[in-house]
Amino acid sequence: MSTADSPIAAGRGLCSCHVCQLVSRSTGTSRGQYCPRCGARLHLRRPGSVQRCWALVIASYILYIPANTLVMMETGSLISYRKDTIVSGVVHLWRTGSWMIAVIVFVASVAIPLLKLFSLTLLLISVQRKSTWHPQQRTRLYRLVEAVGRWSMLDIYVVTLLAALVQLGSLAIVKAGPAAIAFGAVVVLTMLATMEFDPRLIWDPLQKEEFHD
Amino acid sequence: MTEPSDKQEIQDLPEAVSEPKRRFSIQLVWIIPIVAAIIGLSIAAKAWVDRGETITISFKTGEGLEAGKTKLKYKDVMIGEVKSIAISDDRTHVVVTAEVTKDAKGLMVKDTRFWVVRARISGGNVSGLTTLLGGSYIGVEAGTSKELSDSFIGLESPPAVSMDVPGRQFVLHTDDVGSLYTGSPVFFHRIQVGQVISTDLDRDGKAVTVRVFIKSPYDRFVTTSTYFWQASGVDLTVTPGGVKLNTESMLAVLLGGISFEESASGAVAAPADTAYTLYGTRDEALKNSAASEKFILEFRESVRGLAVGAPVDLRGVTVGEVTNINVVLDPNRKDFSVPVEIQLYPEHLQTQFRKDSGGKMPLPGTAEAHKLLDDLVAHGFRAQIKSGSLLTGQLYVALDFAPDARAGRINWNSSPPRFPTVPGSMEKLQKNLIEIVQRIEKLPLEKLAGDAGQTMRSLDDTLKSADRLLQNMDKSLVPEAKSVLTETKTTLEDVRKTLTEARTTLGGASGVLSADAPVQVDLRDTMREVSRAARSLRVLGDYLEQHPESLIRGKKEGK
Repeated sequence: MSTADSPIAAGRGLCSCHVCQLVSRSTGTSRGQYCPRCGARLHLRRPGSVQRCWALVIASYILYIPANTLVMMETGSLISYRKDTIVSGVVHLWRTGSWMIAVIVFVASVAIPLLKLFSLTLLLISVQRKSTWHPQQRTRLYRLVEAVGRWSMLDIYVVTLLAALVQLGSLAIVKAGPAAIAFGAVVVLTMLATMEFDPRLIWDPLQKEEFHD
Repeated sequence: MTEPSDKQEIQDLPEAVSEPKRRFSIQLVWIIPIVAAIIGLSIAAKAWVDRGETITISFKTGEGLEAGKTKLKYKDVMIGEVKSIAISDDRTHVVVTAEVTKDAKGLMVKDTRFWVVRARISGGNVSGLTTLLGGSYIGVEAGTSKELSDSFIGLESPPAVSMDVPGRQFVLHTDDVGSLYTGSPVFFHRIQVGQVISTDLDRDGKAVTVRVFIKSPYDRFVTTSTYFWQASGVDLTVTPGGVKLNTESMLAVLLGGISFEESASGAVAAPADTAYTLYGTRDEALKNSAASEKFILEFRESVRGLAVGAPVDLRGVTVGEVTNINVVLDPNRKDFSVPVEIQLYPEHLQTQFRKDSGGKMPLPGTAEAHKLLDDLVAHGFRAQIKSGSLLTGQLYVALDFAPDARAGRINWNSSPPRFPTVPGSMEKLQKNLIEIVQRIEKLPLEKLAGDAGQTMRSLDDTLKSADRLLQNMDKSLVPEAKSVLTETKTTLEDVRKTLTEARTTLGGASGVLSADAPVQVDLRDTMREVSRAARSLRVLGDYLEQHPESLIRGKKEGK
């Protein structure tokens, strides 16, 4: 049942409580188990991890489209009135010479969410296919996705701050567009998806065994 | 760590509490992507439903237009945006492709008008100031057609009159457009009731056609007898009546404009697009308005001082003017006559004739009007030439009743009708002067002179006899008078002497009595001395009373 070189708790019928960290023996049944100390649910692996992760990732993909096509920010002043999507904002910044800012906005708002989604998709597919391909690299990728998570809210921060600060009646006005909601949802959903993903699944194929909750 | 101990430890671990297996159900988490999909799809559906229509508008220039930025505005509400600007194939204009929102699709009909709104100052108002900051935009005015269209030709300037303003258009023809241009105001009683829509040169290049728009409800004041004139100028006329300055409103003076007036009441409202002549001034319009009638006046006197344009006057009211003066030989009389052509403006006569006609003045040219004039002429209504100003010698034609006029009537058969005249005041004056001269000539001046000579002679005789008489008187009367006078003189001298003496006596008396006479002065001095002595005595008495010892010892020093 177990391999000496890679002893894992699940291989020995043990699971630890997520809440009080008490290690207990699994009853071996496929029914739900509870921690004898704190009463929290016990699983060998996070239940439905892949499925939930997929759901959230797909939702993110769907919302990523309106986030990039709808208006992110409406800025009105005496002189001009513009509605910017993320990309048009980047283009505008690039054209007006703010190359650095354009790059930052592009990376933070377009590239990173997309890369996060791709990474999660890659992880999910590899886990489902029980791939043994570079588990270490994939774990690193997961950690990176998890770490980057909240920092891709840059656009939302800027827009909400501006919208809150710049309200000068007819002189100047900044409004958040519907894309902000979609974009925020994408970021939150990817973060949730990352949380749902159980990185232990990356290593499970190496055990040639299957563990369920 | 060895396996048995491991196992032991594991055995020591508490066992998880198990729960009866639940029936597998689909993960609730799938709601999230479903919701996301619904949201995404609804957005896409909305975008699909709301998708606008792409239209093309061609303009002469692309000034102020910017792809992706310039908006289309209908009543200042954004209804679309310019997507791209391209040069037309023949390179004569620019083609603007714009996307119009779904709501405004219905506005894109065949006669919808587009123009570029820029800041402009015209017609007394400043418009499009916001475009200075916000950039130009394309103004849209919805058409009335039912036929949808997607390609349009843009106007170069904003339409002067919005289509949805009720009113009517009229056409004016003029030789000189003056200071009129699109947007110039049209006044009625100096109230702005409309504006000029367009000023176009006629095809033959000889005149200008001006289209004006009169707003409802003022358009009903434009009738078949309305006349229009340019209200642009300042009309300064110097007449014997003084200096007359005629202006329209300041706006019209500054910017030009058109005024109109009705010439005859009761005329029916004119249909839209009725053509009128646009006159330069109100007077000109009055003169040329349709309601006028021409007459020929035949004078036999000199008309020196009567000029074309001289007024025809009815008791001080100008009712017409002289339009032509000729000289023709009258072969029957072997004399020259001067036919003067005049034009009467019945609208001016109207008030004059109202009493006579017992109501409204009949329209000129009608049988009623002819009958009325015939009646008037039968009562002695005549034309004559009168002097307007003795200084300048200007003449005018006066219409009035001449009680002693010979019978006459209007000859309606000639063209224009011949109106009977009476000799003018100048001729009368000349006649009178001649009569006076003739009378003076008739006086027996020579005889009178002879009589005067005789009178003079007898006067001389009389004077001589008077002289003689005086001489006689001198001889007989003077000596006696002389003696009487001498005596009188002597007496008078005596009287004078007596008087002189009396005066001397009185002078002495007055010398004694006068304040500064020596006697008086002496007397006053004496009296003063006496009073001083009395005072000394009193002082002495008082002293002695208090110091009787002083009689013996004498007066003490220092007391």
